[in-house]
Amino acid sequence: MADTMIEADGLVKSYGETRALAGVSFSVPAGSVLGLLGPNGAGKTTAVRILTTLALPDAGQARVAGIDVLAHPADVRRQIGVAAQDATLDGLLTGRQNLVLVGELSGTRTGQARARAAELLELFELAGAADRVVKGYSGGMRRRLDLAASLLMRPPVLFLDEPTTGLDPVSRQRVWEVIRELTGSGVTLLLTTQYLDEADALADHIVVVDHGQVIADGTPRELKERSRGAHVEVTLAGPGPEAAQVIGSLVGGQVSVSADGLRLGAAVDSAPGLATGLVRALDQAGILVDNIEVRQPSLDDVFFALTGAHIPGDGGGSGPNGMGTGQAGPGESAAERDSEGARA
Amino acid sequence: MTAAIAQRPGDPAGTRRITHGVAERVRNVVSMTRRNLVHISREPMQLSDVTIQPVLFTVLFIYLFGGAIPIPGGSYTDFILAGLLALNLTTSTMGTAVGLATDLHEGIIDRFRVLPMWRPAVLVGRSLADLLTACLCALVVAVTGLAVGWRTSAGLPSIIAGFAIVLFFAYSLSWVAACVGLNSKSPESAASFGFIVLFPLAFVSNAMVPTQHMPGWLQAVADWNPVSAVTAAARQLWDNPNPSASISAWPMQHPIEASLAWTVLILAVAAPLAAWYFRRRTTE
Repeated sequence: MADTMIEADGLVKSYGETRALAGVSFSVPAGSVLGLLGPNGAGKTTAVRILTTLALPDAGQARVAGIDVLAHPADVRRQIGVAAQDATLDGLLTGRQNLVLVGELSGTRTGQARARAAELLELFELAGAADRVVKGYSGGMRRRLDLAASLLMRPPVLFLDEPTTGLDPVSRQRVWEVIRELTGSGVTLLLTTQYLDEADALADHIVVVDHGQVIADGTPRELKERSRGAHVEVTLAGPGPEAAQVIGSLVGGQVSVSADGLRLGAAVDSAPGLATGLVRALDQAGILVDNIEVRQPSLDDVFFALTGAHIPGDGGGSGPNGMGTGQAGPGESAAERDSEGARA
Repeated sequence: MTAAIAQRPGDPAGTRRITHGVAERVRNVVSMTRRNLVHISREPMQLSDVTIQPVLFTVLFIYLFGGAIPIPGGSYTDFILAGLLALNLTTSTMGTAVGLATDLHEGIIDRFRVLPMWRPAVLVGRSLADLLTACLCALVVAVTGLAVGWRTSAGLPSIIAGFAIVLFFAYSLSWVAACVGLNSKSPESAASFGFIVLFPLAFVSNAMVPTQHMPGWLQAVADWNPVSAVTAAARQLWDNPNPSASISAWPMQHPIEASLAWTVLILAVAAPLAAWYFRRRTTE
């Protein structure tokens, strides 16, 4: 087995006028998890598409499981499992039929494919819906089925493109659990995500991409340090010249004070009871507090720390709680996006 | 849970299998054909153009035009049946174009593309599923024809050969339809192919009326139209009235040879072209 299971070297890719990747390099050691972190349009999906043989780079090299992706794409396909961002399933087949089809097309005998499909349907809590047409599945169910399809052949290298985007918190937790199980089994995993907490929870190493370029990489801990942990903001009811000193002694760092002296801010290490401690200390010093807010580091903070710019079109904290609307709960029926009759 | 999820280690790069064996290709094609048949079973209205349309056309043509169009040497019913078979099978190949355009439009095509499958199975499986629905269509035409008075004095081998020639031709046309589907931006634009190409192809022929009454230039087109060749071949094999036999154009004098030549030619051009379009369409 190769020591480095995924290797991207100087990948460049343009779609028309849009430069999706402007020279991206990273590598993933065997058995580890890489989180490719970045906002929408950063180039994450393009990188995954190149590594999974779906797209050809304009320049650069890629190797997966020691095989040159450009020279031997068919061989690479025998080593990888892929769960794409838009679940790639057949809406008119049942969940079970989808998995059996994937198994058969991968070269497994139908009997074995059926056994493996049953096993995975059970694992992903889809056994009850196994013989229902996928068109009626919720977003979370589709995502789990897609994940099951990617695991069907037990591939040594796995690519999961935003596996939890658009999922409700319960489905998200379920997917996380499965990914954690996987990482314990020796699989090499590349995971893309928009969420820092997801990369933090699952990845051994994080590569941050923006505008088609790698802007930072390191372990989750290293990156969070660069985003300076949490941030506390205190609004005073009236002027309190000693407030900065009181806060400073508690957080052990630089305290910024607004021009009117009423708003103070500081970078802090996230700790339970911090806000209570601050209020008590300020109260003892005879300073009245109007409002106190502790913010956890968000992807936006990481970006701010790394690039000095906020994520475009994103108002701030892009954690999971700020996720888009319209998520379908488990068991809920998703809007039909599948084709109508293929015959007119 | 861990056992279900445990992954196999990476194969050493030395054990690559680059080519797909014949058995593997056949299995892939069978899987894809079955998938397309499941689609049809899920949405039976998809089949209307091979079930309801043939019945409708048969009844319409025989009762509306039957009395108005005299056929030398037989009844209009005996004349029209081969034409109806050719008409219905020709227009039903639109399903191949729409089906492929739909597949390319959906995320499922990316799933096929990351699997170590024999990729042409996507096209071959589609064409075989459509051939099976064409067989159903032929059966519906034959049964409807018998119900409204179509008769043949030919022997069973000749009757089967007549159906086979038209089905084989429709199969080759479905590869042309595949080329169209692979070049369509959407399933809807693939469907318009039927009205723009297939209907004129089917109607400017001897399928519905003898070509003798057409203007000279149109008759020349109709007599060399492959639909005319297969229709005339079926009429000849079924001992049904075949007014085209008196036309001197080569395909009308040798309809069976002309049908097979057209079919092989269309297949030889359209199948590799479809494979090429498929590769081009799925490369980014």
